[in-house]
Amino acid sequence: MTADVLKISNATKDRGKARVLSDVSLTVQPGERVALLGHNGAGKSTLIKAVLGLTPIGSGAICIDGAAPGSTKARRATAYLPEAVSFHPALTGREQLTLFAKLDGAKADVAGLLDRVGLSDALDRRIGTYSKGMRQRLGLAQVLLGKPAVALLDEPTSGLDPISRQDLYAIIDQLAGQGTAVLIASHALTEVEARTDRIAIMRKGELVADDTLTGLSRRAGLPIRLRVRAATDADAIAAQIGGQRINGASVELNCSPEDKMAQLRRITDLGAAVADLEITPPKLEDLYRHFAQEPKEGDVS
Amino acid sequence: MNRAFAIAACEMRILQRNLWLVVATVIMVLFALALTFAGSAPTGSLGVDMLTVSVASMTTLSVYLAPLLALMISFDAIAGDADRGSLALLLSYPASRGEVLLGKFMAHLSALAIAMVIGFGSAGAVAAWSGGAGTESLIALARLIVTSIILGAVFVTLGYFISSLASSSTAAAGMSAGLWLIFVVLYDLGLLGAVVMDQGGSFTQTLFPWLMVANPADAFRVWNIAGSDSVALTSGMTGAASALPVWAAPVSLLLWPLIGFGAARLAFQRIEP
Repeated sequence: MTADVLKISNATKDRGKARVLSDVSLTVQPGERVALLGHNGAGKSTLIKAVLGLTPIGSGAICIDGAAPGSTKARRATAYLPEAVSFHPALTGREQLTLFAKLDGAKADVAGLLDRVGLSDALDRRIGTYSKGMRQRLGLAQVLLGKPAVALLDEPTSGLDPISRQDLYAIIDQLAGQGTAVLIASHALTEVEARTDRIAIMRKGELVADDTLTGLSRRAGLPIRLRVRAATDADAIAAQIGGQRINGASVELNCSPEDKMAQLRRITDLGAAVADLEITPPKLEDLYRHFAQEPKEGDVS
Repeated sequence: MNRAFAIAACEMRILQRNLWLVVATVIMVLFALALTFAGSAPTGSLGVDMLTVSVASMTTLSVYLAPLLALMISFDAIAGDADRGSLALLLSYPASRGEVLLGKFMAHLSALAIAMVIGFGSAGAVAAWSGGAGTESLIALARLIVTSIILGAVFVTLGYFISSLASSSTAAAGMSAGLWLIFVVLYDLGLLGAVVMDQGGSFTQTLFPWLMVANPADAFRVWNIAGSDSVALTSGMTGAASALPVWAAPVSLLLWPLIGFGAARLAFQRIEP
């Protein structure tokens, strides 16, 4: 096992009377891609800024590659992509990235990096002429500077077109491949579902979930949806296996993960009366809704 | 330190690109030349060369213009980055806040110095060429340029202070206009009012000169006037300056950039981008 390169333990922070971070513990290992989900104002950006040392935490500890947030060692080890990043419009992409490379103290192939994010044509154009997506790419290029140990990406796909999003995740995979621990704060659930190793969900400053997708499904105990298409008589099937008849020819029923196999056996026992069967496990969207929403009254989970 | 230089190089490039350097230099040259020619009339009656008269006029000009240009260049330094959202990114790099501030300061002061040297220098050259110059008046010109740059440095750092306190770039612009008005106009008016009320009493005799020289803009004026008898003669401001020890004005003017930088550094520390 490799050691955790980013370790947040019991981080708590108050802003005025409001508790913006409440006992948050989260670790990320080298090469791991963790998605950080939550509503606006759930504390994602605050957590990232606490890791960067830009805002202090009230109690708890944050450790980046063995260093305290804000220390020179920690800053050198981290790369950051702010939400909706912007640069001085009078500088060119090359000049801006060269400045960052000098601040980082690393020798960098600036032109190569800009080529990697697809900005080789705009290298010597002023950032003022860039589109939003191009500025985001430039932001991504500076994340790649100097092989960071930890990369913190705040809404990296906002403002990107679908192709650019795919490129972005390819670059994130590459980062993780070289051993960088990647933490991605995002709203784009379907993207992170496929592209991350672990999912952490925040709600009102609290970390309410931190697991793999399958782990989350198991913990949430959300039902698996089975849809049975009847060969002839949907009502007869509904009567035998329970569930609800929908659109004339199909029956839909929910079952818990434990009951899934038993339920499937009962359906296959029906023989030729069943024409087709669809199994839909809970999606991240359902899980997210389950974890990120306010617990309702009487809800114990 | 290398990081501060990297930031300074970038800031300098920005000042060239957004034409600030050119505009500030043109403003300085135009005003200095205009004052030199407008103020050339009393040369004969006072028995001094034209450069001396020109330096006296330009001293008065610089009291207003140097703080103004300095604040114009610096008010956006922190607030602008914070507005754009690039400050958080900049501060996530290993450069310390002190280095960021120092880098910007080096670039902004250099740009101001270029505008001052070219502006006052060209006006001085024209005055010397058309009306003569002596060793004393050349020294006075050099003193004017150096002290103007120091005065600029004071207000560049005060601009950073305001830029760190302000919540936005627009607020910083408004606050720096207020700051300029207080230091350059209202402070003197207040002192003047107090002197008139006091009617030559103990306040006027003891406290007033020190209060005056505590203001960097007045310290600048006193230093230039006390430094040269003929400049003092042409500007008609000898009384207050002679009541103080010689070191008072230079010490005040040289301390102010340090005070300003310290205040800016502290205010900058409080920012959570």
